[in-house]
Amino acid sequence: MAFESFGDFLHMGGYAFYVWLSYGVGLTSLFGMLWLFQAGHKKQRKDIVGFIKREKLIAEQQANNT
Amino acid sequence: MWAFFHRMASPKIFFDLSGRMIPWFLWSGLLIMVVGFVWGLAFSPPDYQQGETVRIFYLHVPTAFMSMACYMFMAITSAIGLVWRIKMAHMVAASAAPIGAVFTFLALFTGAVWGKPMWGTWWVWDARLTSELILLFLYIGFIAFQNAFDDYQTADKASAILALVGVVNIPIIHFSVEWWNTLHQGATLSKFEKPSIELSMLWPFLIVFVGINLYFAALVLIRTRTEVLKRERRSKWVRQMFAEELN
Amino acid sequence: MSAYRNLGQVLHPVVFFTIVVSLFPLSVTPLPETLSLIAPGVIWVAALLATLLSLDSLYRTDYEDGSIEQLVLAPCSKVIVVFAKVLAHWLSSGVPLIIISPLLGVLMHLNGEGIKVTMLSLLIGTPVLSLLGAIGMGLTVSLGRSGMLLSILVLPLYIPVLIFGASAIAAAQMGLAYSGQLAFLGALLSLSISLAPIAAAAALRIAVR
Repeated sequence: MAFESFGDFLHMGGYAFYVWLSYGVGLTSLFGMLWLFQAGHKKQRKDIVGFIKREKLIAEQQANNT
Repeated sequence: MWAFFHRMASPKIFFDLSGRMIPWFLWSGLLIMVVGFVWGLAFSPPDYQQGETVRIFYLHVPTAFMSMACYMFMAITSAIGLVWRIKMAHMVAASAAPIGAVFTFLALFTGAVWGKPMWGTWWVWDARLTSELILLFLYIGFIAFQNAFDDYQTADKASAILALVGVVNIPIIHFSVEWWNTLHQGATLSKFEKPSIELSMLWPFLIVFVGINLYFAALVLIRTRTEVLKRERRSKWVRQMFAEELN
Repeated sequence: MSAYRNLGQVLHPVVFFTIVVSLFPLSVTPLPETLSLIAPGVIWVAALLATLLSLDSLYRTDYEDGSIEQLVLAPCSKVIVVFAKVLAHWLSSGVPLIIISPLLGVLMHLNGEGIKVTMLSLLIGTPVLSLLGAIGMGLTVSLGRSGMLLSILVLPLYIPVLIFGASAIAAAQMGLAYSGQLAFLGALLSLSISLAPIAAAAALRIAVR
């Protein structure tokens, strides 16, 4: 450990604001991308399911009309 | 080996293969990255000049490197898509762009936050930050340009040319900005520009570096799979895949 | 030459250039020492903006009346076509800027050496702006009036020209050596003459498809 105590670790030799601001934004962005992309993927799958269902409905209606 | 890449050009095969590859890249990347960050934050020594702020180095330098590596990656895949007319390559390039932009933003942000305690100011027009800022403009331009087109084919090819023009210009821009910077700032910043790395700093840096690369691979694959679904929704294999889900 | 068919079109970049440069004494300070200090950058930034704005008008009308499409479909080399367009653009936009620049140098209190190098740097640099601008236009011409997007794409590419052009004028103004900066501009010119037409032609082919 480079620090005497957990308090020292949070304190970062007086530079707590800068170090934790950097890591806060950095880690949030890095993990945030993962979350965002996975959510985007799920949404795309949902969209496609809806798209296929709509197409089926339209095809059935056309079959009924002819 | 070429047969492998040839097969990957098919969206369906890419989709299946990447689905199986992602967990490997993702978990190894996350684990290694976190180990590196913890090491850098808690176990590496402080710098005798910069104190504890040197720990920002483990975030700033890898993200700066990734921002440039990602652009190279975009340029190479765009070239492959253009030369061999492989739309899968264009999809990968398009998916990588926002990730590269986020890395560039992080490099700029951490650079600025690091700069405040070091130079007493939030922003400095030094060579590295200025070049990164211009790189961010290039990324944003690429993303905005891609979204301006109605059809995928034109968007892909035109963006590929833009990416290639950008990649030729990046070394020129970098050189010009560095030259301009030495003219105006002198050599006082050179110590900060290239910190001499001792072994105790090198290890956590290398670990973060390896981890972030694996993580980047996972992120690109996830985004590309979404892009594949979006573009190929009308194809038979997508319908079949979801038909099983619907029933 | 058809580039001069509309005299108004040639005057537009000149007038814009002059107005933009004049904005700085009005907004920053009329003090000669400060003006001569910022003049190199101001003149070059104004030149960049004037070039960007004039690009659209040269390519837009040709795209809309279909003549670009005809040139692309014609059996002759597309690269020659791009060269012709770049030359036309430079003659109608770059050259007028070079001609008016001594006047603007005087307005911004540049000395004799500064004014001389202003013209020299613009002489070597504005063709580069036209060449790189041709790439930007090739990419965006099918997108409608996308002036902002064009600027976002092309301005980062212009930055090296800006840096060395402005630096040459600043060095001359202070009585220092400026040949290195001009030489680099020359290098940028040769690089863009060889590569830009290829990229622009490729872009036009894609856009017109």
